[in-house]
Amino acid sequence: MAMHGMRGLSVFISDVRNCQNKEQERLRVDKELGNIRTRFKNEKGLTPYEKKKYVWKMLYIYMLGYDVDFGHMEAVSLISAPKYPEKQVGYIVTSCLLNENHDFLRLAINTVRNDIIGRNETFQCLALTMVGNIGGREFAESLAPDVQKLLLSSSCRPLVRKKAALCLLRLYRKNPDVVNVDGWADRMSQLLDERDLGVLTSSMSLLVALVSNNHEAYWTCLPKCVKILERLARNQDVPQEYTYYGIPSPWLQVKTMRALQYFPTIEDPNTRRTLFEVLQRILMGTDVVKNVNKNNASHAVLFEALALVMHLDAEKEMMSQCVALLGKFIAVREPNIRYLGLENMTRMLMVTDVQDIIKRHQAQIITSLKDPDISIRRRALDLLYGMCDVTNAKDIVEELLQYLSTADFVMREELSLKAAILAEKFAPDLSWYVDVILQLIDKAGDFISDDIWFRVVQFVTNNEDLQPYAAAKVKEYLDKPAVHETMVKVSAYILGEYSHLLGRRPGCSPKEIFSSIHEKLPTVSTTTIPILLSAYAKILMHSQPPDQELQNQIWAIFNKYESCIDAEIQQRAVEYFALSQKGAALMDILAEMPKFPERQSALIKKAEDAEVDSAEQSAIKLRAQQQTSNALVVTDQLPANGAPPPVPVGPLTLVKVPSMTSDEDHRSTDQALTHENGTLSKVDPQPPSADLLGDLLGPLAIEGPPGATVQSEHNPVSGLEGGPDAVDGSAIVPIEEQTNTVQPIGNIAERFHALCLKDSGVLYEDPYIQIGIKAEWRAHHGRLVLFLGNKNTAPLGSVQALILPPAHLKMELSLVPDTIPPRAQVQCPLEVVNLRPSRDVAVLDFSYKFATNMVNVKLRLPALLNKFLQPIPVSAEEFFPQWRSLSGPPLKLQEVVRGVRPMPLPEMANLLNSFRLMICPGLDPNPNNLVASTTFYSESTRAMLCLVRIETDPADRTQLRMTLASGDPTLTFELKEFIKEQLVSIPIAPRTPTAVAPPAPPAAQPTPEIPANDPAALLAGLL
Amino acid sequence: MGIRFILMVNKQGQTRLAQYYEWLTLEERRALEGEIVRKCLARTEQQCSFVEHRNYKIVYRRYASLFFLVGVDNDENELAILEFIHLLVETMDRHFGNVCELDIMFHLEKAHFMLEEMVMNGSVVETSKTNILTPIQLMDKAS
Repeated sequence: MAMHGMRGLSVFISDVRNCQNKEQERLRVDKELGNIRTRFKNEKGLTPYEKKKYVWKMLYIYMLGYDVDFGHMEAVSLISAPKYPEKQVGYIVTSCLLNENHDFLRLAINTVRNDIIGRNETFQCLALTMVGNIGGREFAESLAPDVQKLLLSSSCRPLVRKKAALCLLRLYRKNPDVVNVDGWADRMSQLLDERDLGVLTSSMSLLVALVSNNHEAYWTCLPKCVKILERLARNQDVPQEYTYYGIPSPWLQVKTMRALQYFPTIEDPNTRRTLFEVLQRILMGTDVVKNVNKNNASHAVLFEALALVMHLDAEKEMMSQCVALLGKFIAVREPNIRYLGLENMTRMLMVTDVQDIIKRHQAQIITSLKDPDISIRRRALDLLYGMCDVTNAKDIVEELLQYLSTADFVMREELSLKAAILAEKFAPDLSWYVDVILQLIDKAGDFISDDIWFRVVQFVTNNEDLQPYAAAKVKEYLDKPAVHETMVKVSAYILGEYSHLLGRRPGCSPKEIFSSIHEKLPTVSTTTIPILLSAYAKILMHSQPPDQELQNQIWAIFNKYESCIDAEIQQRAVEYFALSQKGAALMDILAEMPKFPERQSALIKKAEDAEVDSAEQSAIKLRAQQQTSNALVVTDQLPANGAPPPVPVGPLTLVKVPSMTSDEDHRSTDQALTHENGTLSKVDPQPPSADLLGDLLGPLAIEGPPGATVQSEHNPVSGLEGGPDAVDGSAIVPIEEQTNTVQPIGNIAERFHALCLKDSGVLYEDPYIQIGIKAEWRAHHGRLVLFLGNKNTAPLGSVQALILPPAHLKMELSLVPDTIPPRAQVQCPLEVVNLRPSRDVAVLDFSYKFATNMVNVKLRLPALLNKFLQPIPVSAEEFFPQWRSLSGPPLKLQEVVRGVRPMPLPEMANLLNSFRLMICPGLDPNPNNLVASTTFYSESTRAMLCLVRIETDPADRTQLRMTLASGDPTLTFELKEFIKEQLVSIPIAPRTPTAVAPPAPPAAQPTPEIPANDPAALLAGLL
Repeated sequence: MGIRFILMVNKQGQTRLAQYYEWLTLEERRALEGEIVRKCLARTEQQCSFVEHRNYKIVYRRYASLFFLVGVDNDENELAILEFIHLLVETMDRHFGNVCELDIMFHLEKAHFMLEEMVMNGSVVETSKTNILTPIQLMDKAS
């Protein structure tokens, strides 16, 4: 017995166990390590048994967390031992101790290979397992063919083959090229015919990895997976050993359903029906039972089935069934099920149609936010965050705020960030937004990042209506006895800017405002004092005529800080003091801050960044992609086209307008605020002459006037103040331009092309609006939904959408509302009927008005010919008679196409596939040719079969011969032209084919392919 | 999708078995095990069996004094892993008969052999207890 054989190991383990403390343990371990080291030094005297014993001890010590930096060679050398027990130890310990790049591992590669190709099954298993666990690139390159052979070998027993499957998975991950997609797809599909469930279990893991990279190549595996699932679900031919608490291998069921989730759709109606029957049974037939293990196993299967149903975009009825189930789960007592219910409901949010049903469970989800288990609370928070929209934002955010006071510290930061984002995204009105952020700062000041309060300042600055409200609010908070420093910052800033708007309200005289701020000064840190000093200067400026007492008080403070050790404070104190003695000039210098340019919310960005770390599901990301409100922008009411600016007319601000544009990263916020605080340093510290000040201010006085004015004003002073001002002047210009013409975000043409291949995505986006599209096609009917999303906090007006349909399409757009409310999304269904084949494109003429900007765009709609195609597999028996019966023009057309974008054959096959042409492999014996079939639907042609054959020339990929056949001459022509356009869409070097002679492929090719290749010639004869 | 590591830790927080399917340095392992143990061992019976940690999930189960902790990718099926732990325990139980912490501690090699038969490269290879135990029984007979 192994136990007997390794008494020394047991003694050592027992010694370690008896150690009273960590120190004793270390001593015992060190002693043992010394012992092993000396024994290994004169290796000759060691018996294989001793070696084995010492290597196990090493592994044990390593597991305890001690470094074992020697003896690796001995472990590896055991691999080549002739006897099983030693070899086994060698393999196992090596794979625990070494990483894949270890040099010793390379030395062993030959021994390992010999074991793999040898006759001894048990050795094969050991070697495959180790390579499967730690094999690196070199192993991949030298062992992959051998491993593949074992996996496919009919003489190999399952126990070897199952390990070969996972070993190949490792090698594939290390180097994907070791699996040749073309050849392997069929083999993979054959593998799935396996009866042995062990081999199936590991093959399924391999398949998951393969399809996750390239599902198209493995489409033949899809029906096989459904068959396996059916076999398991119906418990047919499942050995007792693979039945777990009465459930046929739940692990294989789960894995199979996982593999199915990598195929975008299931085209074949029979396969689809079978699968849905199985899924329906799982959904309906999973009952809660007493036995915990049985219950877990059946629910593991159930949750995977739910995920698959969601993925398959099942009928609404089945979806509602799923949500109902999840709704039940989130209310049960069993915590695991509750957790998974919430997690899966969050995943379900990406299915658009069910969001309303999910909202019905809001109360229950909010209860889970108070669950005693943090895992569950996290899920609930995530779900609430994901399901929040304009309709429920108020409720949800208020719940989050309430929860904030009692939440664990570990969750507060996440919680407050999420609340801030939601408040910003879905604020029904901006005063509510201000309320929320101030409450956040009040309740969880320590967890409020600067980004959050910067953002509220930006909102207030850019919205005049908000300014008195915000000023009054912060004053209330400031008057509370204990105030968080962040609150002091934001209050001081806002009161400095806007307290004069509070007018004659009680307690709001400049003096009173000053003293409420100043009261906090002793409690704040040096980073806050500069903000307070700015506020004082501003308050002083607003108290006109100057209140002598207040002035003296503030001057005294400036005087005091003139000698402050902190440079920033000192400088401000000196400068403000000097400036405030300028009297009226102070007005100009300290005028209100200009508006911030539009930019993306730093918070959203932060949330996106944090996602990787915070172990969240991709729900947020998915949501962000779906929702239009992703790129948040501040309502910018900067007057365009020279309309008079609403606020300060003598708009002289000693502030550089932050010149960053919306796409700058979130640091811009930071910089923005530092800029405005920091720019005073531009003022000459010596008592500045009035002239100099004037000069300084001249070029900066540009809130309203366009760039040209700036330039002209700037010129006279350029001699004096050259450099920096020139920079400032030009920095303003791009912002001005931006407000005049709206630039689309992303490339419109690229978006259109992407939508030609898929059925949902973004059609158009600019800083104000995002237009998304989702389409469903059934025969010659299509139903598109346009999602018009307003990204702003202000409504978009004069919205108009006009469809310009080509003659062959009948299109009907439902009513588009004239205005889109702030942050809202409007859905407009568009019905399409295809009358006859044509390549013409429908156009959407879309316009809207934002502030004074009228925006008009004309967008091509992805209702193309290929959307009315339905791929259909055709067997040889069907194909050839059809092909022959359609003889010659106009039903069958042939053309040599030149200037084709060169691409390898599989890529071309993929391209055709993506246009819904089904490649029929094996019909054309020439491997350089592709044959495809599809059905075209239109009102005039009804369902009509189209056959395509493309003959490529491996020597010259820029040309090919294409033959098209269908029962309708127009269809044949249009489809031919359509495919041609796709193949030559990006013409590269159009001159290449000039050397090539007319129709027939060049005769003098190094590979005389057409004439020599008999089967192809045969087929050509047939065709 | 996959298993990143399997840990067996007793209620004092001592590691009894550790098998990683991705390479971590010793320092990383020590830190990771410390964090996980602190997080999971403090949880009560009424709380769920899943804990989110860094960018993956821990699925865990307690048997008497021993915790089985399995680190998995975020999209792994949690309940399937939870029952896989139980399958592992049942397999050990079949071999040792009334398996306890000491069996695993003193037969570290056997525990490793069993795991080798059940998980490879982070994926489940075998779920039939008979198939898992065959090689070990053969070896016992041979020696």
